[in-house]
Amino acid sequence: MNILTYIESREGKIRVAGLEALSAGRRLVDAAGGKLTALLLGSGIDGLTEIVRGCGADAIYLADHPDLALYSPEAYCKTAATAMLKSNAQIFLLSATALGRDLAPLAAAKLDAGLLTDCTEAALENGQLVVKRPVYGGRLIMTLAAASLPVVVSLRPKIFPVVKCEVAEPTIEKLTLNLDGVIRARCVETKAEAGGKLDVTEADVVVSGGRGLRSPDNFHLIEELAAALRGAVGASRPVVDIGWRPHSEQVGQTGKVVSPTLYIAAGISGAIQHLAGMSSSKVIVAINKDPEAPIFKVADYGIVGDALEILPVLTQAVKALER
Amino acid sequence: MQFADLKRYVYINHKYFNIREVLLNIAVLVKLAPDTEAALKIDADRLKIATVDINYVLNPYDEYAVEEGLRWKEKFGGTTTVFSLGREEAVKALRNALAMGADEAVHIVSPGGLDMLGKAKALAAALQGRGFDVIFAGKQSVDDDCGAVGPMTAYYLSIPHISTVVKLDCDGSRITAWREFEGGAEKFECPLPVLITAQKGLNEPRYASLKGIMFSKKKEIAVVEAAPAQAKIEILKLNYPPVRQAGKIVGQGVEAVPKLLQLLREEAKVL
Repeated sequence: MNILTYIESREGKIRVAGLEALSAGRRLVDAAGGKLTALLLGSGIDGLTEIVRGCGADAIYLADHPDLALYSPEAYCKTAATAMLKSNAQIFLLSATALGRDLAPLAAAKLDAGLLTDCTEAALENGQLVVKRPVYGGRLIMTLAAASLPVVVSLRPKIFPVVKCEVAEPTIEKLTLNLDGVIRARCVETKAEAGGKLDVTEADVVVSGGRGLRSPDNFHLIEELAAALRGAVGASRPVVDIGWRPHSEQVGQTGKVVSPTLYIAAGISGAIQHLAGMSSSKVIVAINKDPEAPIFKVADYGIVGDALEILPVLTQAVKALER
Repeated sequence: MQFADLKRYVYINHKYFNIREVLLNIAVLVKLAPDTEAALKIDADRLKIATVDINYVLNPYDEYAVEEGLRWKEKFGGTTTVFSLGREEAVKALRNALAMGADEAVHIVSPGGLDMLGKAKALAAALQGRGFDVIFAGKQSVDDDCGAVGPMTAYYLSIPHISTVVKLDCDGSRITAWREFEGGAEKFECPLPVLITAQKGLNEPRYASLKGIMFSKKKEIAVVEAAPAQAKIEILKLNYPPVRQAGKIVGQGVEAVPKLLQLLREEAKVL
C-alpha cells in the first residue's frame, strides 16, 4: 500500500498537524509495506524539506509554484492528483485542518475516491483501511472501512503523535506543474489573528469561559489565565450567540472540537453540545458555582465557586509556579 | 437566467434605457438533522441512530445558507430555490426553508445507501442545467460532520467553491469571501457562478414569518429521483464514546486553588 501525505505549510512554515499525518502514514506503511511519499506545496519552499527529512518519508515531492503560494482549492487539488498518480499511491492522507477539510472532499471527487473525514484512529485490518471518526459532534463514534481504493483520509489534529524515525535518506523530487487557468477562486489576502493568537484546536491548554463570567468585560480573567498557561481562549455557545466572544473561539458541536492536554471550563454549566466538543481533552478542570452542573460529571477536577473570584487567584498561582 | 452583468435595454417613451439588472438565480442546499440538544441512542443494527423521540430540525449551518440566499434575492432580485436530498423527511427541511422565504423547492428522493460522492452526484444532477449563478450550502451537517458534500457538488458542476465562509460580498458578477483557518483568515475572490458553504457568523438567520409559514404549507414541492450509486466507504459500526468518569471536587472557592495546582502538577502531571 503506497501512501501520499500532504504536509501542510502556511507562509513558509510547516504546521505540526502535517507532521502528525506523516507519522500516521509511516505507521500504516510499516504495517503493510509500501512507500510513503510526502507532498510539500507552496512557493519558494526548498527549505521545508529539511524539516520533513527525519520524519519518515521515503520520498519528498516538492510542488513549488507561484500559484501555490496561498491556498487554492483548485490548484492544490490538481497538484495532489498529479502527485497521487506519480507516486502510485492508494491512500491520500492529510490533516483535517481548515485547509485539509476543504481540500480532502475536492481531491476525493477528482480521484473518484472514498472519503474518510476527521479520523481519530486509522489502521489496516487484513489489508483494509479501517478508521474511527467522531460523528454528531463527538457524541458518537463511527467505525468505517474503505470499500475500494484509492481513498482520501483526513486526520483530526492533535490526536496522532509526531514520531521521529530512522529511515533511509528520502529522495527529493520537484514536480512539474501546469496550473495555467486552473484557479478561479483565488486567495488574494491572508490576515493573522492579532497578536499571533493561538487557535483552540492547536493549543495544548484551552481556558474557556461561559455565562458564569457574567459580562464580556470579565473575559480578561480568562485571557490572563490562558496567557499564563500559554494556552488559547475558548468560549461556550451562549456567550458567542450573545456576541460577547467571536465564533472562532466557540467550543462545542456547532463550534470547534478540541482535544488539548488541559481544558479549563470556567462558568460553563456543560450543555450536551459543549461536552461533545471537549470531552476528548486529556484533563478537564471545571469551575462553577452550581455543584450540580453537568460539567462536573466529565471533569477530572472541580472547584465549586464563583469563577470571577477563583480565576485571578488561579492565574497568580500559575504565574508563581513559573517563577 | 444566466449569470454575469446582464445589460438589458428597456424601451420606454420612444427611448432605450440601459438598465443594469442582475436578477440572480440562487440555489440553497438544505438537509434535516437531529437537534443538537437531542439525546442520541444507537439503533439495534448498530449502524445508525434510533430515530424515534428525536426532534429533527433544519441543519443549523443550512439556516445561514438559506438566510444568505434570501439576502441575495432581496439585494439583486431573482429567485431562491431550495434543494434537499433524502427520504420523505427531507420535505420538512424544504418547508422550513420555504417558510423563511424561499420561492421554490425541489425534493431529490434518495435511493438510500449513498456515500458523500453519491450524494454530491445526486445533488449536482438535480442542479445541472438550471443556470444557477450561486449555490449556498451549510459548511457541514451536524450528524456526520463531514463538510464534504458542498465542495464535491461544486466539483461535479465544474464550478469553484469557497467553504466555511464567514463574510461575503457580491457586486452582481464577482464575489469576495473570507474564510477562517487556525490563527487567521483568508480572502478569496471569484467570479460567479460559485458554490459557497456557510459558517456560523456569516449572518443572523431570520425567523419564519406567518405569511411564509402559510406559503410553505401549500407550496407544491417538485420531486426528482436520485440515481443509486455504489458506496466507496462502508459503515462497520456505531459506538458511544468512552464514558469519562466524574473526577473529584477539589474544594470550594479560592481556598481550593493551591490543592488544584498540586493535583495538576503531581497527579495529572499537566503543569
